[in-house]
Amino acid sequence: MLHVAQMFVRDRATAEEVVQETWLAVLNGIDRFEGRSSLKTWLFRILTNRAKTRGQRDGRIVPFSSLAGAGGEDDEPSVDPDRFLGPDSRAPGAWAAPPRAWPEDKILERETLGVINMAIEELPEAQREVIRLRDVEGWTPIEVTDALEITDGNQRVLLHRARSKVRAALEMYLNPDVAGGTT
Amino acid sequence: MSLFTREMACQELVELVTAYFDGSLSRADRRRFRAHISGCDHCTAYIEQMRLVIEGAGRLTEDDIEPNAREELLDAFRGWSEGREAD
Repeated sequence: MLHVAQMFVRDRATAEEVVQETWLAVLNGIDRFEGRSSLKTWLFRILTNRAKTRGQRDGRIVPFSSLAGAGGEDDEPSVDPDRFLGPDSRAPGAWAAPPRAWPEDKILERETLGVINMAIEELPEAQREVIRLRDVEGWTPIEVTDALEITDGNQRVLLHRARSKVRAALEMYLNPDVAGGTT
Repeated sequence: MSLFTREMACQELVELVTAYFDGSLSRADRRRFRAHISGCDHCTAYIEQMRLVIEGAGRLTEDDIEPNAREELLDAFRGWSEGREAD
């Protein structure tokens, strides 16, 4: 919740206040909750509305929608192009250094989850927020586009960039010989 | 299937995985995507890796990303119950 609030307001202290206010609003208004949306959706709608109002009042200059388009990230490939065969090869664009299978239980180990968490922390802000909402918090695409006021295509591009980078970080950790490349 | 349908290369497929998961590929692209993975073990492994990224991210708990969340909730709740008693 704190992360979501922080997208709209200036600093952490303000975000903390907004989260507190939201919980109070939820506790006081729980009788009016009609169960037409999930409790989670309702709670985050209150949170984002409050955070937006607060952010506007405090004059936070950068709305999320402009952040989402910034950074010239349009041509970032999901996978290092060196991992594929070149245009003059027998099969251009086919894997030259293919990915390996990952055992599921290895992914769920505490240390591996730590790698995932760190990779998310290091993402550019817009990508980080979208992957947190979609994959960590489990929001639907519509919930994300509503809360952040970005287009469906925009949230998908940000999410895809984010997931691709987290995957690359995991591969560096699990299969350094494959992922390492030149470095 | 049309003779003119271009085959999908692995390098193109890796850009479309999220759109595929979200069900937002065009019908033609979804067909090309499926045709490709049915014959490509490497891309099948890649898609599985992306699925595991999502699963792993979903296992991060509030404690991992918001160590103070529980405290904040408790604070808010204390404030609320005091407010009620005062009413």
